[in-house]
Amino acid sequence: MAIAERAVASPRAVLLKLWGYVLVIGLALVFVFPFIVMLTTAFKVSSDIFSAPPQLWPHTWTLDNFAAALTELPFWRYLGNTVLIAVLSVLGTLVASPLVAYSLAKLHWPGRNLLFITVLATMMLPPQVTLIPIYMMWNGLGATNSYIPLVVPAFLGTPFFIFLIRQFLIQVPNELIEAAKMDGGSELFIYWDIVLPIARPALVTSAVFQFVWTWTDFLNPLIYLNDDDHYTLSVGLYSFLGEHGVQWGPLMAACVLFTLPAVVIFIIGQRYFIGGVAAGALK
Amino acid sequence: MRLATPGRKNGWALFKGLAFASPFIIGFLVLYAWPILASGYYSLADFSLFKPPRFIGLANYQRMLGDAKFWKSLYNTLFFTCIGVPVDITLSLIGAHILNMKLRGQALWRALVYLPSIVPAVAAGFLWRWLLNSQYGFVDEIARSLHLPQPAWLADPLWGSIAVVVVLMWTVGGTMLIYHAALKDVPHELYEAAELDGASHWRRFLDITWPMVSPVTLFQIIVLMIAFLQVFTQPFVLSKDPGLATQSAVGPGDSMLSYSIYLFQNAFTFLKMGYASAMAWVLLIVTLAITLLLLWSAKKWVFYGNR
Repeated sequence: MAIAERAVASPRAVLLKLWGYVLVIGLALVFVFPFIVMLTTAFKVSSDIFSAPPQLWPHTWTLDNFAAALTELPFWRYLGNTVLIAVLSVLGTLVASPLVAYSLAKLHWPGRNLLFITVLATMMLPPQVTLIPIYMMWNGLGATNSYIPLVVPAFLGTPFFIFLIRQFLIQVPNELIEAAKMDGGSELFIYWDIVLPIARPALVTSAVFQFVWTWTDFLNPLIYLNDDDHYTLSVGLYSFLGEHGVQWGPLMAACVLFTLPAVVIFIIGQRYFIGGVAAGALK
Repeated sequence: MRLATPGRKNGWALFKGLAFASPFIIGFLVLYAWPILASGYYSLADFSLFKPPRFIGLANYQRMLGDAKFWKSLYNTLFFTCIGVPVDITLSLIGAHILNMKLRGQALWRALVYLPSIVPAVAAGFLWRWLLNSQYGFVDEIARSLHLPQPAWLADPLWGSIAVVVVLMWTVGGTMLIYHAALKDVPHELYEAAELDGASHWRRFLDITWPMVSPVTLFQIIVLMIAFLQVFTQPFVLSKDPGLATQSAVGPGDSMLSYSIYLFQNAFTFLKMGYASAMAWVLLIVTLAITLLLLWSAKKWVFYGNR
């Protein structure tokens, strides 16, 4: 560790720095420890799992839990369903939200401010209020037990992402757009060739959040999907507990496999996540 | 080139604006405006999936007054919120100060702190059931080694409610990162001046940090409050009884019955959709009332600088 950046660092400064590392490692451990338990339990044989007092490290490593998770659960089908819904939702968000955000940030039309206030107001509304009428609507259209209710809303623009992208676009100098207009570019050309490339960071942030939200969503698939063939990983894993009692080894292995794709997306898009959170908007 | 009279130009601008905004205009009408009106009407009706709504006035709201489970779910949810939000804010501030100590590997520490927030709530619920297991779980094991009491987390009514808060606190990293960003924005000169005056760390926190981040605190309290009032998945998974097809209680003594779980049960298990809609409106009113109260209180404790 390069603690002494200057040769003359006082002993007190060195000690403070050391203390800082102790604290930050402790902090990180509190958050990561449960995660480590999930991982190591997934690789344990049952005599290691059911040992009191509990041991963090397995005596015997095994892949049996993963094999069980993959055979006792229609894991691949759940995974495919979840991927399909997540990819379509991300696509919907990338198609619809920037269109609306561009209109709110850079086009001048009467009613624009009213629409912006509407976007903000909908972000505050508890989803429980609209839950039942929307369910009745999809039920009336015969769309329950399909992915339509889970995917279509993203194509109609998500208030949070409209807001996020609008805040980004509003900082883009108008001259860039005006210059393109002078050159005779059509509105669609300007949007596609100039606005979207500029908005890239905000679009990536929206995409990674949408992916992880859809990946981890439980309530909506629980309400709309009612047969095993259509289940996502969230709902499939939830029902797994009831059908087979509690088999902790396979359950933890399934949880690891379920969590892994979200972690991979998180690591790839890490700076966009952290940026999105630190922008003060998340949750 | 087209002759642009002001009228035609405005009309064209309006058309363009509406055209680009049209996905959300449709979305607003279909997914918000109409459902809000319909939900308002349902809340005044006797209504299930199988029979059309029949207007019954305020009967659903009156029934809530005598519904012990309704009060239990409201109490539990306010318990989660009133304990969870202050603890969340406190832990976040402490963690943000640690992250702010100018150590190497900032990106790594931030990522590790945020990691639990992307773990699917169902997986997190199962994991914590295991961690809180009274025989084989690590939480009681750690408590034992520190000579702390080892409660029966998932069997005792009081500790059942606390367990829900504990699980929710695992995702405190988001708020922590927001505070971390806010701390970096506090002008350094302020601390240097206070240091010259010989102010203690605690004094510096109270006189400088707390007022400077108070707008962030207000915003976070509102956002967290809204989220905690809607808690669903974590208690739903924590309380699932593997042995039973239909559960009689959500957690020991219904201690994990959150407002949203009871609303969900009414709507989709008991098919009392009118009653569930009325509950949704009560939730909206409670949320709005607390938000307005917080905004009103802001005058007394939120510092907006020289603006």
